[in-house]
Amino acid sequence: MSNIKTMTFDAIVIGGGGAGMRAALQLTETGVKAACITKVFPTRSHTVSAQGGITCAIASADPNDDWRWHMYDTVKGSDYIADQDAVEYMCSVGPQAVFELEHMGLPFSRTEQGRIYQRPFGGQSKGPNDSTQAARTCAAADRTGHALLHTLYQANLKRGTTFLSEWYAVDLVKNAKNEVVGVVAIEIETGEVAYIKAKATVLATGGAGRIYASTTNALINTGDGIGMALRAGFPMQDMEMWQFHPTGIYGAGTLVTEGCRGEGGYLINSEGERFMERYAPNSKDLAGRDVVARSMVIEILEGRGCGPEKDHVLLKLDHLGEETLNLRLPGICELSKTFAHVDPVKEPVPVVPTCHYMMGGIPTNVGGQALTQDDDGKDQPIRGLFACGEAACVSVHGANRLGGNSLLDLVVFGRAAGLHIEEQLRNGFEVDGASEADIKRAMARLDRLANASEGEHVAAVRKDLQTCMQLYFGVFRDGESMNKGLQLLNEIGERVRNTRLTDTSNVFNTARIEALELDNLFEVAYATAVSAVERKESRGAHARNDFTERDDENWLKHSLYFPLDKRVGKRDVNFSPKTVDTFQPTIRSY
Amino acid sequence: MLVSLYRYNPEADNAPFMQDIEVELPKGRDLMVLDVLNLLKEKDVTLSYRRSCREGVCGSDGMNMNGKNGLACITPVSQVIKKDKLVLRPLPGLPVIRDLVVDMSLFYKQYEKVMPYLVNDQPAPAIERLQTPEDREKLDGLYECILCACCSTACPSFWWNPDKFIGPAGLLQAYRFLADSRDTAQAERLADLDDPFSVFRCRGIMNCVSVCPKGLNPTRAIGHIRNLLLQRAT
Repeated sequence: MSNIKTMTFDAIVIGGGGAGMRAALQLTETGVKAACITKVFPTRSHTVSAQGGITCAIASADPNDDWRWHMYDTVKGSDYIADQDAVEYMCSVGPQAVFELEHMGLPFSRTEQGRIYQRPFGGQSKGPNDSTQAARTCAAADRTGHALLHTLYQANLKRGTTFLSEWYAVDLVKNAKNEVVGVVAIEIETGEVAYIKAKATVLATGGAGRIYASTTNALINTGDGIGMALRAGFPMQDMEMWQFHPTGIYGAGTLVTEGCRGEGGYLINSEGERFMERYAPNSKDLAGRDVVARSMVIEILEGRGCGPEKDHVLLKLDHLGEETLNLRLPGICELSKTFAHVDPVKEPVPVVPTCHYMMGGIPTNVGGQALTQDDDGKDQPIRGLFACGEAACVSVHGANRLGGNSLLDLVVFGRAAGLHIEEQLRNGFEVDGASEADIKRAMARLDRLANASEGEHVAAVRKDLQTCMQLYFGVFRDGESMNKGLQLLNEIGERVRNTRLTDTSNVFNTARIEALELDNLFEVAYATAVSAVERKESRGAHARNDFTERDDENWLKHSLYFPLDKRVGKRDVNFSPKTVDTFQPTIRSY
Repeated sequence: MLVSLYRYNPEADNAPFMQDIEVELPKGRDLMVLDVLNLLKEKDVTLSYRRSCREGVCGSDGMNMNGKNGLACITPVSQVIKKDKLVLRPLPGLPVIRDLVVDMSLFYKQYEKVMPYLVNDQPAPAIERLQTPEDREKLDGLYECILCACCSTACPSFWWNPDKFIGPAGLLQAYRFLADSRDTAQAERLADLDDPFSVFRCRGIMNCVSVCPKGLNPTRAIGHIRNLLLQRAT
């Protein structure tokens, strides 16, 4: 065998955020020999930044609430390209998954009845026939992600989960049959490289918001799982679908939760007008995020932006009163003071749409099984590979995710992946071993960096990549400028392949990690660009000036990007939920 | 501004040293300390530090800035700079791995010691366990801890006995579960803490309170634990 250290598990989970830790917990609880590999100590993962809550029909705020209404909202929010079997699963299993979190100790805020507090969030209704605003987002003040992530870490400690903390996954290892049989990873503290062998490999590596210059995402959100899967030759789904959150703090990019508007805050332009009343007469500031973000950009483009540059709008909160703000939105008050230098109790917060969430990702079924397509366009499982959370595209968010659905997605499908893998292993799932050459292939990037004696520094190339995506693949897009962006990306790609590492030391070499991350950022950006050019319609977050209408005839489909020939194909959307009638596509209005 | 950086790479340096670098600050913008580090790293990629969320919630970039522990990402330069100089050192009292990166193992171990998870020996109900808003309020100021280690590494008692004294961060979490109306393991939790070191090495110095970037008060939580332990003894 290879001369590098080999560690063997039945299953490995790459990523220690909400999805990864929920999957790891499920595996450990059911006795599977599993390890969670994470590039940062688990509680440093980006789930920690989620604020407003986890949307789920637990019938606390409204005793008659129904998961089917949540399903309807989610399908409508997705602009009808979410898979309805997956949305059905998420919304119906959701309550159980949320109650489990509570039983683990998650410190949810409470109602007078002692139940979990739920707040209104965007796109929430009481079903297809009643557009009344619902309150369905379960919250722990405005620190729900923090509370959830710490609770999951604590639950994993209780169960004795194995963590490989501050280990960075470099590339997937595939055997001769194209099955995934683990990963090559590097221990950051020592620089030691190991082959971590497993029958099941779960990618729970989160998002990649760092492909944009302005993002709410943590610095670690570099799409490592997406990069690994693309380099392994596997397709990506709906990569053109990026959510721009309406309320990133102007200048800093840090998020202020949609819960601000859920609690009664609203957006105003330079004339002090509550402009969302014009764009979404019914839901106003709680329309879908794509709708609100576009409305804000239009206000700015038409000259009604705020500030000396007229390049942002304002989020008004002061009318809610100091008591409510301190009780329900304490973290927001803190963040606004730190990053916007305003106290929301007295002044509005300057905000601007900011890259927030990747709706696309690794196509999977409801059990987290990663999928590819055969020559006839039929779904085929990628043996040994699974994905969940933001890295996966199961798809419950389609072309636009509803607020509060990401936390539900990651617990429901992290759990489901764990359940599914345990069952597969129990039924005797086996894969062939990897040859030395197979392992060597997964080390190619490390070898290149070790030997590159000339080339550019990572930071400069990364900056150009982010600027390119920001300029050409933002809230509004059009064919001509996207093609220009794609051209530029081709040049940037050449530079990415020729970066040079001036620090070749072993101990905690963060320069090496950043160089490896840049490869992944580029893979994600390129898949995004090619898919965005190809989808010739406007749907959800993908808004084109040259194709302004939704085109159900040609594009009521997932896009599927194949990395080997850089081609975009299509995949059918699932319209066959098991227990409810299909929600038929209609015009989406709020 | 002069930035004085603690540098140490065990593969190259015999001993740690301070590196002085002149940094031109952009006008009209108050950078965070983390922004300064990122600028420096663009020029010298060998500089090592941890960072993730860059908004004060993940707890990665705890460090010592002009003598005081805090999070680099939410500390404006203007707030810590003294005589146009910024001295950056790793969190004190823990082994240094490289530059500003410390080995947090001991810190995590103390956290793990306090059974930092809910224990409830009753069968779980079909819905959530109920909790009144008043009972839930008792967790405020406790659950928000981000495990950045600013407090414990500012605590002389923890420097002295990092293996035996749980330290402010761990004790804050110990009390977070003692105070939770849903937890049924209070007796066991207190028994585990009832020795001369785990809790009672706290001397009420309150460095933890003065440095906590989340504005939490571990000393008060430790006081509550002391009271519970004393009640238990009588």
